Amino acid sequence: MDEEEKPEAIAEETELEEAKAPDAALEVKAEKKELIEPEHPIYKQVSELTFGMLSPMMIKKMASAKIVTPELYDKEGYPVDGGLMDIRLGVIDPGLRCKTCGSKLKECVGHFGYIALARPIIHLNFVPIILTHLRCTCRECGRILIAQDKIDKYGEKLKQFGMEKGEEQMRKKVKEIISKAGGKCPHCKAKQFKITVEKPTTIFEDDKRISPIEIRTRLEKITDSDVELFGLNPKATRPEWMVLTVMPIPPVTMRPSITLETGERSEDDLTHKLGDIVRINQRLFENINAGAPEIIVEDLWDLLQYHITTFFDNEVAQLPPARHRSGQPLKTLTERIKSKEGRIRHNLVGKRTNFSARTVISPDPMLDINEVGVPEIMALKLTVPERVTEWNMAHLKKFIERGPKKYPGANYIIRPDGKKKKLTEETIEQALEELQPGYVVERHLMDGDIAIFNRQPSLHRMSMMCHRVSVLPYKTLRLNPAVCFPYNADFDGDEMNLHIPQTEEAIAEAEILMLVQKQLISPRYGLSVIGCVQDAISGNYILTQKSFAMKREEAIDLLAQVGITEPSRLPRKETVTGKEIFSALLPEDFSYSGRSKSSEEPDVIIESGKLISGVMDKNNLGEGSGLLLRNIHKKYGEQVAVEFIGKVFRLGIETLMRRGFTTTVSDTDLPEKTDSEIKRLLEASRLEVEELIKSYKDGTLEAFPGRKLRETLELKIMEVLNRARNEAGIVVAKSADRSSHTMIMALSGARGTTINLAQMSATVGQQALRAKRIEKGYKYRTLSCFERNDMGPEAHGFIKNCFKKGLAPAEFFFQAMVGRDSLMDTALRTPKSGYLYRRLANAMQDLRVEYDLTVRDASKRIIQFMYGEDGIDVSKSEAGKINVKRIISEVTGE
Amino acid sequence: MNKKIDVKKHILVPKYQKLSDKEKEELLQKYNVTTSELPRILKSDPMLAGVGAKPGDVMQITRNSSTAGRNVFYRVVVNG
Repeated sequence: MDEEEKPEAIAEETELEEAKAPDAALEVKAEKKELIEPEHPIYKQVSELTFGMLSPMMIKKMASAKIVTPELYDKEGYPVDGGLMDIRLGVIDPGLRCKTCGSKLKECVGHFGYIALARPIIHLNFVPIILTHLRCTCRECGRILIAQDKIDKYGEKLKQFGMEKGEEQMRKKVKEIISKAGGKCPHCKAKQFKITVEKPTTIFEDDKRISPIEIRTRLEKITDSDVELFGLNPKATRPEWMVLTVMPIPPVTMRPSITLETGERSEDDLTHKLGDIVRINQRLFENINAGAPEIIVEDLWDLLQYHITTFFDNEVAQLPPARHRSGQPLKTLTERIKSKEGRIRHNLVGKRTNFSARTVISPDPMLDINEVGVPEIMALKLTVPERVTEWNMAHLKKFIERGPKKYPGANYIIRPDGKKKKLTEETIEQALEELQPGYVVERHLMDGDIAIFNRQPSLHRMSMMCHRVSVLPYKTLRLNPAVCFPYNADFDGDEMNLHIPQTEEAIAEAEILMLVQKQLISPRYGLSVIGCVQDAISGNYILTQKSFAMKREEAIDLLAQVGITEPSRLPRKETVTGKEIFSALLPEDFSYSGRSKSSEEPDVIIESGKLISGVMDKNNLGEGSGLLLRNIHKKYGEQVAVEFIGKVFRLGIETLMRRGFTTTVSDTDLPEKTDSEIKRLLEASRLEVEELIKSYKDGTLEAFPGRKLRETLELKIMEVLNRARNEAGIVVAKSADRSSHTMIMALSGARGTTINLAQMSATVGQQALRAKRIEKGYKYRTLSCFERNDMGPEAHGFIKNCFKKGLAPAEFFFQAMVGRDSLMDTALRTPKSGYLYRRLANAMQDLRVEYDLTVRDASKRIIQFMYGEDGIDVSKSEAGKINVKRIISEVTGE
Repeated sequence: MNKKIDVKKHILVPKYQKLSDKEKEELLQKYNVTTSELPRILKSDPMLAGVGAKPGDVMQITRNSSTAGRNVFYRVVVNG
C-alpha cells in the first residue's frame, strides 16, 4: 500500500509538514456565508486551501500562552503560569476549566503556546531546502545565481515544469542551470563559495562555520520573485521561516501526564523534551544578557539546537538519541507518527472493531446454507442492542434477570441519556427496577440474529456475506460446506471473522444486500457460486444412476432426513428409483434440459419437476457450472434456490451415509490384460524414442521450422512420452470398474481425475520442469547412475512405474525435484498475483456503470461506451448470455 | 523487406473513421458529454497519419468484440 500510492506531485512543503514539521500549517481561507440563525451550527465553506509554513507571526498569533519557565507545578501541585503545563494550554485534570476557552476536560481540545528562542535554530527537516537556497543564491546580494535575462527567458518555462514534475524536480533543474553558470554572481559579480553540511544541522561555507543567524539573514535577502523559482509560494512560505526564532509548544492535551498509583506524577516524553528546551533557552538568555564569553554561549546554542532537533526526531542518524533516566530513548514527534506502531498505521489505518469474533471454522452440513454456527462462549460476549418498548418489556426483563453469565441473558443496559450500565449479579436487581421504554438492552446473540461472516483475503463481494446465527456448543464457527467455495475456505485450520451489526439500519442493510442467497449468482460469470461439493456430488451421482432403487419406506425416511416431510411426490410403488427420489426436491413445474459429464447418460432432461434421464454430477450441481441451479434461481427466486441447494446437498450426503462410501487400494488394481497392454504401450514408446534418438544421431531427423535439431528431438520425445501417459490413462479408464468408488469420484467430478487413477495404477509419466524434460544435475547427465549423454526417457525424468508399485530411486528423485519446484512456484506466485490483483482493484474502484450504460470514472469521463461492450449485467444473465430461445418459448407457448 | 509496412492494413487493426461535425455533435448530445470526457487518441498516433485530423476531432473505431460481436468506440484527437 505504502509504496504504491505516493502521489507524484505533492508540494514539497506538504510532504514535509504532513509527517514532520509542527510549524508548517495549512491555512484555510474561508468565505463567510450569510449569517445563520443562532440555533443552527455556524459553518464556513472551504473555497481554497493553501499549503505553507508557519511564520513566526502566525506562531505567536495562534499561541495562547508564552512559556518562560521549565517548572511544571508549584508547591501545591498547581500548574505554574508560563510553565509547560500552563492551564491556558488546555485541561487534562478532571474538574478544572480551561483558562482559554472555558470548557471542561474532554471538551477542550487544547491550545498552542510558544517560546521565543534566544538564538535562531535550524529546523532539522528543512536542512536540504535551506542548503539549496544557500547554494543557489548570492552570498552578498541574495539574488538567485541566474542572470536576469535568463530568468526572463526561462522563468515561466521552469514554473510550468514545476507544475508538471513537482517542486523537487524543479529545484534540481535550477541547480543544474546554476552549476553551469560558474562561481560568480551574475548580478553583483561577488565570488561564491562552496557550502557544505556536517550532518545533521551544521553548515559550513568554505570550511568556516556559518551560524543560524547568518543563514537567516541570507535567506531573508532572497526576493519574493526568486523564491518562486525555487517552487515556493512566498506568501505562504518565506525561506527564512525554516530557521526558527519562535517555536510553538503543543497543547497539553497531546502530552498528558499520568498519575501513578503512588500518587507521583509522570510526564509525557514530549513534556520532558520541551522542559529541556525551555531550560536551555532560559540559560542561553541569561548568559547572553550577562555578557558571558562567546564559547559558553555557543556551547549552549549547540545544546539548544540538539534538544530542538531531537524534539522533532529522536532517531537522527548522527545524533545520540535523548534518553530517559532509565536509558530508554524518548518517543518524540516523528516516532509518534511513523512506522507500524505509529499513529497512521496503528491508529488510523489499523482500527479495531467491537462486536466481532474470530476462530477456526469447521463444517456442518446440517446447518442451512445461510446459517452460521456460533459457539455459545461467543454468544455470551457478542450482543445485539434491543430497544425497550411497552410491548417487549416483559420479554427483555427475562434477559436481564438471567444476567451476563446465563445464556441467553444480557450484558449491558443503556439509559436514554446514553449512559451504559454493566449488568452484574449486584446490578441486575436495580436494572430491572429502573428499566422502562426508551432504554436499550444489549442482549446475548441468539438464533436467527444477523451476522456478517468473512474470510480473508476479501477479494470478492462474496467474501463477506450475511448469515443467520445458530448458537451451538463447542468452540468453532461452523458453516455449511457448500459456502466454502465463495469464501475459498477449507477446514485445515482456516479462521474466519464474524461481525454483529448494531443498529436497525445496519441489520436491515446486511440482510437486504449481503444475505447468502442475495449473493448466489456471481457477477463474474452469471452462474451460482454455491453448489454441491465432494461427497454431495458423489452421493447424487449414485442416487440418480439408472440402477439405483430403494424401498418406498426407506426413500421416505431418506427424504425426511433431508427435510422433506411430505412424501406425496414419491410415486406410489413398492420400490422407487433414485431419480424419483431426487425429483421430489425439484419444483413441481420445473423443466430443464442440459448435459452431464458422464458418457452413459449425457442428456439431462427434467420435465415438469421430474428427472427423466441423465445423472446429476458436477456439471449440474457443482458451483460455477451448469444452468440447472441458475434456472431454478431465475424461475423461483433466491429463497427456493438456496433451499434447493441445501436439500440436494443433504440428500447426497445422506445417500452416501446409508450406502457407505470409501476408497481402497484395490480400486487401483488392473486386470492382467490391461497390465500387459500398458507394458506393451510403454515398451512401444520407449522404442519410438530410441528410434528418434537414432535418427538424430544419423542426421536423418528433420528440424521443425524455427527450431534447432536438438530442440526438435526434445519436442518429439516429449510428445511421444506424453502420448504414452495419456494412452495409459485411457486404457486404465476403460478397463476400470465404473462402480468402484474411486471411479465414481472421478466420473462424477467430485474429486480426482482418471489421470490421477492412471498414475496410481499404471504409470506416473514424464516429469516436466518448466515445460521441458529434466536436464539439470551433473555434466552431460542428470544423475550419476546414468551414462553421459544418455537421451533416453529414464535418464530425463520419465517415471514408468506407478505409485502403487513404487518408484525407482532415480524416479523418486525426479518426482521430488518437480514437486519441490511446483511448491516453490505456488509459494512465490500467490503473493505476487495477490498484489497485482489489489492494484487492479484499487485502480478500478471508482468506475461505475451509469444509467445510459456507459462506464465512467469518478470525474465522469467515459471509459467504455457500453458496459462490457454488450451492456449485459452478467449477474442477471445466464452464464453471460441472454437465452433468447428460452424466453421466446416461455412467452409464446410454454 | 525495407518496404514500409502500412499498419492500417494489418489484419488485427480495427477500422478508424473520422466523424463529421454533425455526427460529432450528435455523439456528444447522445452521451451528454463534452470532448474532454471522451477517451483520447494522440495526434501523433500512426492510425491518424494521412487522415488530416485536428485536435478536437472525433475518431470512430469499429472493432470486433468477444462479447458483442462488433463494437463502436470513439476517441477525441488531442495534441501530442
